Amino acid sequence: MHAFWAVLARDLRLSLRHGADTLAAVLFFLATASLFPFALGPGPEMLSRIAPGIVWVCALLASLLPLDRLFGADFEDGSLDLLLLSGLPASAIAGAKALAHWLATGLPLLLAAGPVAIMLRMPDAGMAALLLGLLIGSLLMSLFGTMGAAIVLGARRGGVLLPLLILPLVVPVLIFGAAAADAAAGGFSPRPHLLLMAAMLAAAVPLCPLAAGAGLRAAVE
Amino acid sequence: MLTVQEAAVFRGETLVLRDISFTIPAGGALVLAGPNGSGKSTLLRLLAGLVRPVAGQVLWDGQDALADLADHGARVAYLGHQDAIKLGLTVAENLHFAAAISGGSVADALQALNLSPLAELPARMLSAGQKRRLALSRLALSRAALWLLDEPTLGLDTASIERFGTLLSAHRAKGGIVVAATHVPLPMADTAEFRLH
Repeated sequence: MHAFWAVLARDLRLSLRHGADTLAAVLFFLATASLFPFALGPGPEMLSRIAPGIVWVCALLASLLPLDRLFGADFEDGSLDLLLLSGLPASAIAGAKALAHWLATGLPLLLAAGPVAIMLRMPDAGMAALLLGLLIGSLLMSLFGTMGAAIVLGARRGGVLLPLLILPLVVPVLIFGAAAADAAAGGFSPRPHLLLMAAMLAAAVPLCPLAAGAGLRAAVE
Repeated sequence: MLTVQEAAVFRGETLVLRDISFTIPAGGALVLAGPNGSGKSTLLRLLAGLVRPVAGQVLWDGQDALADLADHGARVAYLGHQDAIKLGLTVAENLHFAAAISGGSVADALQALNLSPLAELPARMLSAGQKRRLALSRLALSRAALWLLDEPTLGLDTASIERFGTLLSAHRAKGGIVVAATHVPLPMADTAEFRLH
């Protein structure tokens, strides 16, 4: 267990050291989300209707950005071998990496999502549901992303393969996440949508690190 | 005691190792020799549990070592081709991370390879030989019984090789086992040689 926190702390420290890389995902999120008013016109009615969808899609795409390096750096410099020999099961290492990805990417995106939604004139009524959905969704994205990154590790063109592998998996998350915000904005309860997402999270927390651990073992072989 | 019984390993489509058998007693040292591409590194990775054998067994004190890979990993200190150093961290931070996993004193490990003057330097400032010393100093931290070393003295100066020799003999005196792949003589007495073709 001690080693788990050590891996997490090291990854967070490296994220802080390479601050520009960490910030890149948030800046990408802000930049893509602010492209929509330019393309679709700044009319408040149109924007407020599609705001939840824009925030969700941009957040998902932005959280893909750092996945390429999640295991890539450790794989290339030999650290991954040592992590697998640390006495921790491979799935625990994947779990620590997923948590590090969420803290370094998911959480900043969550913080940036509020201002972006306001900029897009998201109705106030839907704001809480949007952010709560994104909280669950960003955790799911980190777990799915970690799994995908471990599976494509060592493959040529892994960076291209990764979104193709993960994006289909997060489609249900996107559907229910955006629907929760839409429902709340339209005066309905977002609860069923959020509960479904929570159920997905409950399944992903044990399963994704297991799959990712197997991927890591296969990558070093 | 480490025993390998008739192990065979595939890398992709090629059979790299076949019919590998040897035993190393506690405190023993085995030097792997052979031309480039003869499978020395693969054999070390097999002993570490990073690569799976297609046939044969690796036994630790008579038990199947690869049955629980996480457990076996804790027995192993592995030094690969690469130094596994995080360039964004300082020398001391790199060692603190290793110490958080393996235990041991960072100050002693820095001392063992004469890295104390460099402790606060970012690892990206180190020369290739200094990086190798940092990778070796992880061994000084480690309480693992089995040291697997791939070209450990690559790029080291003579003073560092001597310090490394001290580490090796201290480890063997405690009953530790060393398996090293190398083309140059190591600062170790009383070693067995295993030749790969």
